[in-house]
Amino acid sequence: MKSAPNAGRNPGSEGVPPSTKAGTPSFPGRRLGRYGFNAFCIAGFVFLLAPILVIVPLSFNAEPYFTFTEGMLRLDPDAWSLRWYDAIVNDEAWSRALINSLLIGIASTVLATTLGTLAALGLASPSMPARNLVTAVLISPMITPIIIVAVGVFFFYSGLGLGQTHAGLILAHAALGAPFVVITVTATLAGFDRTVLRAAASLGAGPLRRFFRVQLPLIAPGVFSGGLFAFAASFDEVVVVLFLGGLEQRTIPRQMWAGIREQISPAILALAVFLIAFAVVVLLTVEWLRNRSASAQRSVH
Amino acid sequence: MKRFRHLAATAPRLGALALVLPLLAFVTVSFLVPLGTLLSKSAWQPEMSRVLPQTMRALAEWDGESLPAEAAFAAIARELPAAREERTLGRVSGAANRVRRGMRGVLNRTARGLDRVEYAGSWRETLTGIHAGWEDAQTWQAIRQAGAPFTLANYLQALDLERREDGSIGRRPEESRVYTPLMWRTLLVSLGVTVLCLAIGYPIAYMVANSPPGRGRLLLVLVLVPFWTSLLVRTTAWIVLLQRQGVINGLLVSLGILPDDARLQMIYNMTGTFVAMTHVLLPFMVLPLYSVMRSIPASHMPAAISLGASPLEAFRRVYLPQTLPGIGAGSLLVFILAIGYYITPALVGGRTGELISSQIAYHVQTSLNWGLAAALSSILLVAVTALYLIYSRVIGIERMRLG
Amino acid sequence: MAAAPLLALHLLAPGGGASAQSITVVSWGGSYARSCQEAYHKAFTEETGIEVLLEDYNGGLAQIRAQVDAGAVHWDVVDMELPDARLACDEGLIELVDLADLPAGVNGESPEADYPAEYVNECGAGMTFYSTVFAYNSNFLTGPGPETVADFFDLEKFPGRRGMRRSPLVNLEFALMADGVPLDQVYRTLDTPEGQDRAFRKLDTIKDQVVWWEAGAQPPQLLADGEVIMSTAYNGRIFNAQVLENQPFVIVWDGQALDTGYLAIVAGTERYEEAMQFVKFANRPGSIANVSKYISYGPVRLSARALVDRHLETGTAMQPHMPTSPDNMKRALSLDWRWWSENRDDMYERFSAWLAR
Repeated sequence: MKSAPNAGRNPGSEGVPPSTKAGTPSFPGRRLGRYGFNAFCIAGFVFLLAPILVIVPLSFNAEPYFTFTEGMLRLDPDAWSLRWYDAIVNDEAWSRALINSLLIGIASTVLATTLGTLAALGLASPSMPARNLVTAVLISPMITPIIIVAVGVFFFYSGLGLGQTHAGLILAHAALGAPFVVITVTATLAGFDRTVLRAAASLGAGPLRRFFRVQLPLIAPGVFSGGLFAFAASFDEVVVVLFLGGLEQRTIPRQMWAGIREQISPAILALAVFLIAFAVVVLLTVEWLRNRSASAQRSVH
Repeated sequence: MKRFRHLAATAPRLGALALVLPLLAFVTVSFLVPLGTLLSKSAWQPEMSRVLPQTMRALAEWDGESLPAEAAFAAIARELPAAREERTLGRVSGAANRVRRGMRGVLNRTARGLDRVEYAGSWRETLTGIHAGWEDAQTWQAIRQAGAPFTLANYLQALDLERREDGSIGRRPEESRVYTPLMWRTLLVSLGVTVLCLAIGYPIAYMVANSPPGRGRLLLVLVLVPFWTSLLVRTTAWIVLLQRQGVINGLLVSLGILPDDARLQMIYNMTGTFVAMTHVLLPFMVLPLYSVMRSIPASHMPAAISLGASPLEAFRRVYLPQTLPGIGAGSLLVFILAIGYYITPALVGGRTGELISSQIAYHVQTSLNWGLAAALSSILLVAVTALYLIYSRVIGIERMRLG
Repeated sequence: MAAAPLLALHLLAPGGGASAQSITVVSWGGSYARSCQEAYHKAFTEETGIEVLLEDYNGGLAQIRAQVDAGAVHWDVVDMELPDARLACDEGLIELVDLADLPAGVNGESPEADYPAEYVNECGAGMTFYSTVFAYNSNFLTGPGPETVADFFDLEKFPGRRGMRRSPLVNLEFALMADGVPLDQVYRTLDTPEGQDRAFRKLDTIKDQVVWWEAGAQPPQLLADGEVIMSTAYNGRIFNAQVLENQPFVIVWDGQALDTGYLAIVAGTERYEEAMQFVKFANRPGSIANVSKYISYGPVRLSARALVDRHLETGTAMQPHMPTSPDNMKRALSLDWRWWSENRDDMYERFSAWLAR
């Protein structure tokens, strides 16, 4: 339960006049202020979530339109249908795109997670030279404008014969995903108590054994959520695929891009609903991992 | 002994480096080198000197004012048909055309004409017989300029500058400036989006940070849902909401607020870019704010209020200053991401909501002016790098948090 | 299960696009690409066993140039508009096609005799006439509709947004025609700086009302959604929306800009033989005429024109819908590729500058 001082942390506490006890507003202006604040926050949340929520019912539209038809509003069962879901599931192009997305996503994630975790371990070592500079370089793919990355790899990889290959996309996506791993693992390591390692060493554990038996289990949630970030980054990436990928590297976002630019069919909305569900699953997993990692590190103490 | 101590200090350093090195090498090869290749294209264009080497040599001695010597006419009369034969002519005439309009026509017509026309006693007369452009010293200057393997011309163009006839560099006339206004627009839009994100994100972060734990977690998850949802899904969602036959217009019309023929234009213009970009970047503002606000002791504000400060004053004097690191981190991150944004403006921005990145894509894909695309990329990259350095100095990259 | 080793193989082979028994053909997507697929891709595979992989693009040479420069060619055959094909030809990006190698006409005419002289081209095999027209949706534009190019630019008579291709191509010509330049003077006018200024000034008058499209599939969608009240478009796409989706679209043929599609072979492809086989197959009068069973694009080859008959799915007689039918040709402009191949860079640059402002 909440402790007493927390009462003052409620939004709108600035609406509490100094002379009165918390929670008993004295005149309507202040109260109005608090309502206004709450309304503003709620509007903010609506702005964040409404676009995503609106897609869900519209994906069941029986008509090829993007508005709620009168039938839908009357809850007429004929106005609702699964035809766009049928279209997505039965279209070979989408299943091929899914295979490509998974293939490129998983391969680049494995690469990014392995290299990124090693690098984060190195960066966390107190004796790491030029740490800030190296970190800045390793993180830079994340903040470089994606169009520049895409054009750069388009010119360079094409010259190496990696244009229109899965390998080229995997390399590029791994570089884009690695910063996420570095950041999350570094964050986990910041809470990591190095005395545990020394204790293990004093008990006779060698460096490899110390890493695999002691350190890795403790930072595993960080590694795993870093991997999820890297996968999501690849799974959602379209610009590099647009420039570097070809017909046989069409991914889900690439296929969606074509769909949005050429012809918005509600079939895309059905796909979007799948992707939203995917996002929620990943999000809950990451949150669960974060809590686990926090509690694992607490329990060491 | 001394030596041993030195070794003892080096070994862990090497160990740490060895762990970092694989990723460092990987990022260098797969990311930094491609960027370098791109940037080199902005100033390095060897095609012309490769295809017309004799002409370039003959022009090296030329004073640049009168017409060049017969040797130059003879050289180009030899090399142009050869280039046409080898089908490298298009590259050469394209490069020359970038220096001076109409050059593609001069070179292409001359290369074709040399097949048909009789030698007229001198190459100079033969060439001018095919195209009058050869009597103009500026034609030759364009060839010489395009033939220099190192050039700053792309940067001049990207900054809307031009080389005047007297050799000085000055701004282009107002009506032909393209990229500097676009850069300003990109900066202003990024600034606007940052301010909007802050205005919407600050109260949201406050609410999440100051709710009881259970509700706080739920609210945090609600902030994170859009963060994890595919960018293309979110952009599609805005198209669905904002277009003329979309949900919002449909609602307004069916409620009788708008007549059917006066639907609002909210997409494929600046409004579309602003709304969609703010939506996409908002979580990047909320998260750093939230992590700072969470660590501010809840007792500060009531304490200030009980000491006689008005709530607004307490907020301004006590709470706001403590959240400044979060404001800085969130704003810089949003701004950095915004100035390089491509997908969202490209899909919902239309003509007026377009940013600098669209021009880079255009010059790579459509106009094939790769040098200019590279120059624009370099300028954008310099801006982002500068902001990134500020971020790492002021906020610290190690404090970057995800989710 | 069997897919896994196959995918691994793909990964390991750099440049491992199509194998020898398949070629990649790049076309304009949407109903046009589907029509070509039905008209001759399938029959080609049946006859030769060579599989055809279909890729979409929206014109432009960036991909081709990058592939040729890198020596890693993934695209084998590209469906090009003429100005692009000419530029690609000058840059050595596509293989020359010897007219004598192409199949004979219906009655055994030599290929040379089977083409109108102005469409003989060493850069590719001429396939079909298509036209950029403008069209409107009669559901949204009630009352008397627009009839001339000038109406397209008339915001007073027809207020509302218009769709136009994001390219100077055809738009400059439309602007001059709308400004009163006679058809036979359009390119002569465009060849002068004053004429170019005039075209851009005319475009200025509707600039704020234009929605710019890039893919040929977009205009029918824009019209159907009511996002624009009229739009320039490829005539075949509008036709397909009319007959297949019952869209109440009306084509305005006045000032139509006639162009031809070419099949070109990307320079240096390892599958040159197969690509050439494909081009020859596609260029047979029967194959070209087949396209008109699916979309209203007509053969460039003279002997194939009589083969145009009916739309397969709806039975619509196709001759009246061809861009070259006498009724539609009353006021038609042939795109001048010579002018465009010399002025392409300048116009694209000026157009993008104009657009960005």
